[in-house]
Amino acid sequence: MKIIVCMKQVPVQDSLLKITDDSRWVQEAELNYEINESDHYALETALLLKEEHGGEVVILTMGPRRVKEAIKQGLAKGADRALHINNESFTTLDIFINAKLLAAAIQQEEADLVLTGLQTDDYGFGQTGVILAEKLGLPHASIVMEILKQDGSIKVKREMESGWFQSVELPLPALLTIQSGISQIRYATIKGIMMAKKKEIKELSLSDLGLAEGDVDDSTSSLKFHKLYVPEKTKQAELLEGDPKDVAAQLVHKLKNEAKVF
Amino acid sequence: MGYTEFSEEQLMLRDMVREFATKEIEPLAAEIDESCEYPMENIKKMAELGLLGIPFPEKYGGAGMDTVSLALALEEIAKACGSTCLSIAAHISLCATPIYLFGTDEQKQKYLTPLAQGVSLGSFCLTEPGSGSDSGAMTTTATRDGDDYLLNGSKMYVTNAGVADTFVVFAKTSLDLGVKGISAFIVEKTTEGLVVGKKEDKLGVRASDTHPVNFDNCRVPKENLLGEESKGFAQAMVTLDGGRVGIGAMSIGLAQAAMEKAASYAQEREAFGRPIAGFQAIKWMIADMATEIHAGRLAVHHAARLRDSGAPYMKEAAMAKLYASEAAMRATKNAIQVFGGYGFTRDYPVERYWRDAKLTVIGEGTSEIQRLVISREILKELA
Repeated sequence: MKIIVCMKQVPVQDSLLKITDDSRWVQEAELNYEINESDHYALETALLLKEEHGGEVVILTMGPRRVKEAIKQGLAKGADRALHINNESFTTLDIFINAKLLAAAIQQEEADLVLTGLQTDDYGFGQTGVILAEKLGLPHASIVMEILKQDGSIKVKREMESGWFQSVELPLPALLTIQSGISQIRYATIKGIMMAKKKEIKELSLSDLGLAEGDVDDSTSSLKFHKLYVPEKTKQAELLEGDPKDVAAQLVHKLKNEAKVF
Repeated sequence: MGYTEFSEEQLMLRDMVREFATKEIEPLAAEIDESCEYPMENIKKMAELGLLGIPFPEKYGGAGMDTVSLALALEEIAKACGSTCLSIAAHISLCATPIYLFGTDEQKQKYLTPLAQGVSLGSFCLTEPGSGSDSGAMTTTATRDGDDYLLNGSKMYVTNAGVADTFVVFAKTSLDLGVKGISAFIVEKTTEGLVVGKKEDKLGVRASDTHPVNFDNCRVPKENLLGEESKGFAQAMVTLDGGRVGIGAMSIGLAQAAMEKAASYAQEREAFGRPIAGFQAIKWMIADMATEIHAGRLAVHHAARLRDSGAPYMKEAAMAKLYASEAAMRATKNAIQVFGGYGFTRDYPVERYWRDAKLTVIGEGTSEIQRLVISREILKELA
């Protein structure tokens, strides 16, 4: 079974974000990056499937040179090879364009299964996987917690709201978005680290993917950044006075109608 | 390659060990310090990751990395738990290393491979009740008896003794020759006459497994002599040179942990209306810690790089160990001071760092012995 795992490198979770002078983006030079959390679980799921059923695990990622670090980590954990769409600007492009790039790379591979994380820790859109599935014309399931491989198909357990789960069967090839926390993430072994340098990382340019610069730049992106800013802090306190019963009723009214918390 | 440059694999190893140490080792550190329980489960996990054989060739079950890599890994482990770090350091540097350096191919296949894979654990028996720094005064004897040696005597402060399968033991094959009469042997745990005594109750590194080991007509086949007869003292000294790089790295890990905890606490704790990090007295302590950690780390990595290049490194290893361990004592002591009363309790880890750091100025050659080694080398150079 050939499995492609889409992985993204995101700023580490406790990063102190500083906005650029033109207020359009964050200052990337000062940030440290890590593999997006749910992508770790997507990779772990792929490695477990490979251990059980054999095959190949291929990492696919987009981004500037720094994403090589994430690729190497994945290869050290046991992925067989990687595809790197070397693109400097994808972080500010819309999901359709990102999915188009990923789809173009995946179409060259004939994978049985494509896995993505449920969502990224930076934007948190949770849409790349499902849009990618549409672009590839593949059946998909999101928020997947368990996978059971059958002959030519897979049975998956999806997480629903309020503690409900859904069991779905999909024909292969298919795309799944993987929930965080569903397994124990492995550490890279030293053997894996030493072997990682021998594994192939294939660089893909836009022309390799049959695309031109104009297909994937700001002019075609439907996502436009007008202004990024840190939420303003305000201090506003209102003191409710009077009989405790009346105050309680006033408070409930305000929470319901003004703060709209319930 | 400069003193602060590392290969991609070394950095990946460091990051992997940091992640493992933060998630798996540190959460247990306070508990096992209290209970003195050897962290067997984590040691097994580290063996699976290949951490017990970092500097040994793949041919003998190792990871095929080097001393710099080992130093990077030990620092990260020490930052999380001194006891776990010492257990690994002794296993690699004091037991597996002399077998790698002085053993025959058969001995390496039989003993080094399982040690490097972490399938078996190792100990080093040099110190005795009546001889520590003065190893020449040891009284343990190895008497030839047919195709065997009979070992008799007592060893003390043997790290990993209760869990080890393989012991590297130093004993006198010629009583009247002082250090020139010492030979080294590989002794299996199951050998009749090898008796592991009561576990020591220690000030620091409390979860490392320290025992006396007694040899009572312990019969060791002559095939288990390490290298040649009467070369034991030189072998022990070379082994300790390497071990000192490891203890230096451990010292830096403890100091780094102390500094990070102190700096973070100083920014949260307020006194006289502002965080105590705003006071010069605290700032200077943090600055001194950071500077000494930086200098100590460079010294440790320099000694490691010399060792990896095959150059002499005895003096540099002694300097690195001396400086890093004494810097760790100062950093951990001052971290307690930054924490004030809280630092004096076991509710915070800084007192544990200080107790653990105390081992580093004693074990594998006291600070006094390091000064002896360094001055002897300097006086020789300048003679």
